[in-house]
Amino acid sequence: MSHHLPVLLVVIPLVAAPFAALVNRPRVSWAIALGAAWWAFYAAFRLLAQVMSDGTIHYELGGWAAPYGIEYVVDPANAWVLLIVALIGAVVIPYARASVAREVSEDRIPLFYAAFILCMTGLLGIAVTGDVFNVFVFLEISSLSSYALIALGPDRRALTASYQYLIVGSVGATFIVIGIGLMYVMTGTLNMADLAEILPQLEANRTIPVAFTFLTVGITLKLALFPLHMWLPNAYTYAPSAVTAFIASTATKVAVYLLLRFFFTVFGAEFSFDVMQLDRILMPLALLAILTMSLVAIYQEDVKRLLAYSSVAQIGYIVLGISFASALGLTAGILHLFNHALMKGALFMAMGCVMYRVGSVQIDRMNGLGRAMPWTMAAFVGGGLSIIGVPLTVGFISKWYLIQAALEQGMWPVAAVVLAGSLLAVIYIWKVVEVAYFRDVDPEAGISEAPLSLLIPTWTLVIANFWFGINASATSGVAQRAAELLLGLAS
Amino acid sequence: MLIATCMLLPVAGACVLLLLGKWPNAREAATLVTGALTFWFVRGLLPYMREGARPRLDVLEVIPGIELAFEVEPLGLLFALVASFLWIVTTLYAIGYMRGHHEENQTRFYFFFAIAIAAAIGVAFSANLFTLFTFYEVLTFCTFPLVTHHQTDEARKAGRVYLGILLTTSVGLQLLAIIWTWQLAGTVEFTDGGILAGTASAGVLGAILVLFVFGIGKAAVMPFHRWLPAAMVAPTPVSALLHAVAVVKAGVFTVLKVSVYIFGIDLLGTLAATDWLAWAAGMTIILASLVAFRQDNLKARLAYSTISQLSYIVLGALLANRWGIIGGGMHIAMHAFGKITLFFAAGAILVAAHEKDISRMHGLGRTMPITFGAFFIGSLSIIGLPPAGGSWSKWFLGMGTLEAGQVGLLAVLMLSSLLGLYYLLEVPVKAFFLKPPSDAHRPEGIHEAPTLSLIAIIVTAAATIGLFAYPDLAYELMSMVVPEAAQ
Repeated sequence: MSHHLPVLLVVIPLVAAPFAALVNRPRVSWAIALGAAWWAFYAAFRLLAQVMSDGTIHYELGGWAAPYGIEYVVDPANAWVLLIVALIGAVVIPYARASVAREVSEDRIPLFYAAFILCMTGLLGIAVTGDVFNVFVFLEISSLSSYALIALGPDRRALTASYQYLIVGSVGATFIVIGIGLMYVMTGTLNMADLAEILPQLEANRTIPVAFTFLTVGITLKLALFPLHMWLPNAYTYAPSAVTAFIASTATKVAVYLLLRFFFTVFGAEFSFDVMQLDRILMPLALLAILTMSLVAIYQEDVKRLLAYSSVAQIGYIVLGISFASALGLTAGILHLFNHALMKGALFMAMGCVMYRVGSVQIDRMNGLGRAMPWTMAAFVGGGLSIIGVPLTVGFISKWYLIQAALEQGMWPVAAVVLAGSLLAVIYIWKVVEVAYFRDVDPEAGISEAPLSLLIPTWTLVIANFWFGINASATSGVAQRAAELLLGLAS
Repeated sequence: MLIATCMLLPVAGACVLLLLGKWPNAREAATLVTGALTFWFVRGLLPYMREGARPRLDVLEVIPGIELAFEVEPLGLLFALVASFLWIVTTLYAIGYMRGHHEENQTRFYFFFAIAIAAAIGVAFSANLFTLFTFYEVLTFCTFPLVTHHQTDEARKAGRVYLGILLTTSVGLQLLAIIWTWQLAGTVEFTDGGILAGTASAGVLGAILVLFVFGIGKAAVMPFHRWLPAAMVAPTPVSALLHAVAVVKAGVFTVLKVSVYIFGIDLLGTLAATDWLAWAAGMTIILASLVAFRQDNLKARLAYSTISQLSYIVLGALLANRWGIIGGGMHIAMHAFGKITLFFAAGAILVAAHEKDISRMHGLGRTMPITFGAFFIGSLSIIGLPPAGGSWSKWFLGMGTLEAGQVGLLAVLMLSSLLGLYYLLEVPVKAFFLKPPSDAHRPEGIHEAPTLSLIAIIVTAAATIGLFAYPDLAYELMSMVVPEAAQ
């Protein structure tokens, strides 16, 4: 059983999805989704523990030896991402029950859970596989299901948001498959390890840089790197709250993982950064993302949209870490994958609580919520402090590594931009805090605290923000191992 | 163990009083008991210092090499003693003030107050820069609800300035300096003699020093001083304990700590930036005094006076010699007692006579003699005249300037005392000797402030005089920080 863990991690949710759709009873569908998500969490946790103690796991699908068969490879880098996806899934599903019942019409709820599990399956699949075409397959599974999930949002604008994402996402996926195709034509293999061996011999060939370019653009579209982020704010704003919490914490993270996998494992850091000079494009874009998107976030009136722009800025931090192409920088980026998932998950879930009671997350509808919904708003403040990067939160740990990485290379202006981003975060978080705590609540609205089924998952993530901010040895240890592995510094 | 008790007690007390919120008497008794116990335990650390021991508590390793850890050394103990002792007195005062002034949300007030004290003690006992920065930020955030206690528009705007400046400096400059230090020295532990010597060129170290001095926004060196007057919208007990003692002293304490244990005074003396920054502190001393002159609002005047006095301590640290450090450290204690007396008096005047403006206090001295008498004593201490404690710290600071060969800075100290003579003593003198303004409709029967508040005022005023006669403890602790052999 434990030998088959890599494939069971993906297969069990994949099989659960149609059942969730077929039973056609909201509560049973939810229970199936819960089982699938918790299974994935258990399996991902076991895998990470196994990888950290025994090293990389190779699993040959159906017993067909690589490079002919499909191979699943689990190393610290993707075990980490698997854990992020599964953890957020396991926390969001219990939260979803009340939230989705409020935001999605009842006859669609079974379909909702089916799509949700599929989306999670796709994300897990992208991370676990060691085969580039398999990546594309899972990418499509996760993308198509997330288009459906977004379209289920309560506002009619969810449809256009979903359509926008569909178009951009398809362009991205097409670029990725073109890149993969070109590599296949040149090398005759789809196995990542195999590609990594053959590609260096073909460096002089012009097709490889072209494949590289297609992949870069495709993946950066999926991970919403500024300025290819245009699909993201609408999608996050209009999706059902539970979907926003899940997708914001996982989908872009998995895309970042793809970036890491392709550039460091498949092409190799030397080709990506010395020959193609990827850092010259990634770093300025990341810095622009941090500054401009934080500024734009300040001017948003819809808090979900505000957080969406903040997400684009935070992705900037992650990509910035990667663009240093150093062990420290990569550690910072990989660590922030997890840390940002925790903070944004908590914040979007707090907004889901507001949506549940108030029916809107417009900032002017949140007057006095600090008094009417004290636990919800306290959760928002907790997540907000983490985004700002206050010590004892995960945000601080990320920032610590990131600034260290910048100073290590003598780039103190970059460090200054990172810190400026923190200060801009103070402004957009405090804007919400002021409305919630300094204005009087409307006594006629009769708003009360959100139910416990929403608060407990939200607070789970808030506490995780502080827990892993105080005791970050484990998380930073994994991130460091993953970074060294990607750079080829360790096995 | 003792260290953990000192910090957890106020937190535990905060939780208890949160539960007792419905019964004001029990709630405030809980605060008082917690305060007394905390002070008792902090005092219990004193014998260790005399034996030359440095009790240490390692909590956990946050990331490899970065620890959450505490270590008590004399300077930190001095700060913790002052903060925890004045907490008891301030609680007494606050009970009278908050009830007399009919403030709302008193439970929240006492809760965050206790947390702020815990954070201040955390700052005092930090073993490294990371721990110190952590509690420094906790202090910023837990005082925000206190500053904005009234939740009015004015409070909200002041809160923005408060958080805006404190966070901009701490995150934008101080954190950068800390990480830079870590990058260069490979550690952020406070170590005797400093850790930065020889790690980088004088230019880089100077830049880090600049980042530290301005990044420690709580020390209010101009131009990052605006948060302090803004914080004056808070109820007076907050202004008294936090913005004359805990928060601002956490700032200057950090400056001293960085000077002594991160740079080390030997290295500090060789940097060109040190001189330059000492003059920036000198400028702050003079400019803030001049601004204080022009304030009619009593609390605003006291706030600018605080800004000016804080720079004394920064200056003391930057003189980079033994006398400067001793004077700076002692000034933490001396200024605390003097300034808290002044704020207590200002609050008493507000509660009893409902007056905020100095120009409207003429003649009040006759009806509130104890309050204005205490104000007079507090003023003497701030100016640095005997028989008040402030004269000692001024004396040592003056010796420090001469030792450093900075006669100009000595002149700055003297000039500032002269200015203080005017802008502080004006208040009691006019209150005692001038007639009330003709348009003042003073309600009949103004008398002294509530009894509990009055007791607090008398205690701090008496202590201010007591510190003139017995400054030994503060001096003893400070000479342990910079042993004579170091000279």
